[in-house]
Amino acid sequence: MDGSSMDNKWIGKRTIRPDGADKVTGRATFGADFNLPGMLWGKVLRSPHPHAKIISINLEKAKAAPGVKSVICSDDMVEFPLDTPVMVGPADMRFVSRNILARDKVLYAGHAVAAVAATSVKNAQDALALIEVEYEILPHVIDVEDAMKPDAPVLHDFLRTGGVDPKPESASNVASRLEFKLGDLDAGFAAADVIVERTYKTKPVHQGYLEPHACLVSVAKDGQATIWSSSQGHFMVRSATAIMTGLNVADIRAIPAEIGGGFGGKTIVYLEPLALIMARISGFPVKMVMTREEVFLATGPTSGSWNTVKIGATKEGKITAATATFRFQAGAFPGSPARPAASCAFAPYEIENVQAIGYDVVMNRPKSNAYRAPGAPIAAFSVESAIDELARKLGLDPVEFRLKNAAKEGTRAAYGPTFRKIGFVETLDAAKRHPHYSAPLGPNQGRGVASGFWFNVGGESSAQIHVNEDGTVTVITGHPDIGGSRASMVNITAEMLGIDYNLVRAQIGDTNAIGISATTGGSRVTFAAGMAVTQVAEKVILTLRERAAKIWDIDLDAVVWENGEASPAGSNAGDFEPLSLADLAAKAAATGGPIAGQISINAQGAAPAFATHICDVEVDPDTGRVEILRYTAVQDVGRAVHPSYVEGQIQGGVAQGVGWALNEEYIYGDDGQMQNPGFLDYRMPVASDLPMIEAVVVEVPNDAHPHGVRGVGEVPIAPPMAAVANAIESATGLRLQDLPMSPPKVLAGLDAVS
Amino acid sequence: MPITVSMTVNGKAVTGEIEPRTLLVQFIRENLKLTGTHVGCDTSQCGACVVHIDGTSVKSCTTLAVQVDGADVHTIESLADGDTLHPMQEAFRENHGLQCGFCTPGMVMSAVDLVKENPDPSEQEIREWLEGNLCRCTGYHNIVKSIKAGAAAMRG
Ligand code: FES
Ligand code: FES
Repeated sequence: MDGSSMDNKWIGKRTIRPDGADKVTGRATFGADFNLPGMLWGKVLRSPHPHAKIISINLEKAKAAPGVKSVICSDDMVEFPLDTPVMVGPADMRFVSRNILARDKVLYAGHAVAAVAATSVKNAQDALALIEVEYEILPHVIDVEDAMKPDAPVLHDFLRTGGVDPKPESASNVASRLEFKLGDLDAGFAAADVIVERTYKTKPVHQGYLEPHACLVSVAKDGQATIWSSSQGHFMVRSATAIMTGLNVADIRAIPAEIGGGFGGKTIVYLEPLALIMARISGFPVKMVMTREEVFLATGPTSGSWNTVKIGATKEGKITAATATFRFQAGAFPGSPARPAASCAFAPYEIENVQAIGYDVVMNRPKSNAYRAPGAPIAAFSVESAIDELARKLGLDPVEFRLKNAAKEGTRAAYGPTFRKIGFVETLDAAKRHPHYSAPLGPNQGRGVASGFWFNVGGESSAQIHVNEDGTVTVITGHPDIGGSRASMVNITAEMLGIDYNLVRAQIGDTNAIGISATTGGSRVTFAAGMAVTQVAEKVILTLRERAAKIWDIDLDAVVWENGEASPAGSNAGDFEPLSLADLAAKAAATGGPIAGQISINAQGAAPAFATHICDVEVDPDTGRVEILRYTAVQDVGRAVHPSYVEGQIQGGVAQGVGWALNEEYIYGDDGQMQNPGFLDYRMPVASDLPMIEAVVVEVPNDAHPHGVRGVGEVPIAPPMAAVANAIESATGLRLQDLPMSPPKVLAGLDAVS
Repeated sequence: MPITVSMTVNGKAVTGEIEPRTLLVQFIRENLKLTGTHVGCDTSQCGACVVHIDGTSVKSCTTLAVQVDGADVHTIESLADGDTLHPMQEAFRENHGLQCGFCTPGMVMSAVDLVKENPDPSEQEIREWLEGNLCRCTGYHNIVKSIKAGAAAMRG
């Protein structure tokens, strides 16, 4: 069956999502919606100091408080020595465990220090006030520039900068340095007629998922535990919780709640191990729900950064050399996305002499976590702003300039791979042709263009298909459905089996119901789970053909599966009425038992996504307010399995990018405290901040995927910041290099240029 | 000191013994176990907690349960008519007006109130009405489309 052909019945169709009714009626159960009899409420005590030694913790008074059933600190959790990495997927448990319960030191204001489980939220909160912590306050450091200075307060005595030779003898806040390089930079810059060299700064921004972290954990007398929680990967929840609580993996069943957004921020645990330990100690189920303030103070924003970019080109518009240095705020523990930033930075372009350097730097801020295309938006803001300036200096149209230098099949990227078939040029062509690109602009209005790149990833996915006795079909995968992936799985299943979409239902299996499935992230689910579902559908079709062959008493080879039914392969095979899936389902018991299949794969062949965005702004010269007038986002998706949710991902990514560009930022005082931990002062875009966002889907199929899928969710957040900055320059002549481009900054800049 | 509140929720008379500081959203979610009303922020910005009180949309995270003693409260769970979705719910479902769906109950409840006041809202009017409802997933595009379609369906 050729799933990539364009006359598909279900792939590429805007089917109604299977969980739609649940979600519009309030029936869907999110992380905070589970309750059990006798359930306790857990709350976390957080550090008031940005940096301090914990001299002592006394839990006794809190333990004696009314309604309190358990009080814990890091002594109650497994301790991982600091000198040996303990990896669960991409996360290092040395740091994750110390992040969710501080050990020896607190490293940011809001860092968890202890936790209480009590019979009510109020009792738990009252008990927190009775926990006595003696701190020795240490000097703190908040910004990356300061944290890299030789005399900066050092967060971790064990930390020696990795990636430099020789390995340093003393501790610093620079966790690692990395570099990618191709060709001869000096020669490249010597050949350039025009060079642009700039510094860019970005602030940490939060993923901003609307659902705060929440979980419920119950532990049986024999130690076996059940976790209900909202995450991007319940297998990750199971692994991380098991290792931090000392349980065997098989002793935990993790049940995925519906997830109210994640964007990378729910790829790691904060609460589940604490709830499990307190449930184990108390003998009662424990529920924990973060407040929005806790979400801001203690869960991952993405990194802030301080970056330099230098690009040179000839008069004709050929880029001869490029280099960039990215200095990323990791927060309290190593692990910023400096590596993917350096990888993505110049990936859209074919540049002979190119270098990208990344630094991963710790400071007294919350531990950063993945956020949609981690690192790529920051890199794209820096590089795509410089590319725009270069095009201006050369007097070239920004799309033409990109076209002259665009990566294509066979281009070697500085970070290693040589691209297979990619669709960057196609996105540029589509942008150029789009009526938006040539529409007239009014006074104080400007247009900006920017592009972006994301790898997309594959990895471990499992799938099951069950043919039910009435001819309906259940497809089960192991990835939380964060934005409509059930609908895509149903489209693929219906397409493969040749049956009506409405006969297929999709479920997300818990860790006891489906094989290991890696976290939803990296734009991987439709690619990897889609591949698993396709392969298991092929197995089920084989079984269906076998059953028909048995009923007709002919060879398997003489039976074909077409349009949802088994038929004889030709007149030689015999003369039999076709048997539909429903017919075969009804006879399953008599022909060999239930018809079902399961598969677990490590999906290979992920192919990158490119995007090119066009943004029109109007800048109010009196207030500095930037209004987004029109936005068009072109993206190569490989193949849109469900176009509505593909467009939705693109529109959502753009909206987050606009927030990052114009308003969102973590604001710190000199005291090391975050000053805006709430949606009032941390301003995410509201409906009236945005126009309709036109998503233009380009399909250059990924030839390594049975349906041509690349991956969609992440690249749309890469271009917007530069697209907005470039549009502001085109409207006003003002070049902004420091995010967010909020009204006071724009106004100050306008005053300076006039 | 616990106090007694009584109100009608989704057409049923309910009474509860609660702490005076209990928020309406806590009363709805924890006492009545109606979990379709969500909490996204606790500070009145996100709108995930919107319910109808005497027919008007209100954020239940910034309303004390005692303030609505005697009132007629409706949550997202009461919007559908038996097995038939409310036209606004149907519009969100058909127009893919959701990704994660966490903001959806509040969006739908706000939208129903908007259409009651303004049966044929323009795109701009919808966007302004939604200023108290955050969605982080959709960029609002399909939400605006859903509300336009829902309004048309409600006009009949
Ligand atoms: S929870 Fe009520 S507005 Fe956010
Ligand atoms: S659909 Fe996720 S917040 Fe709106």
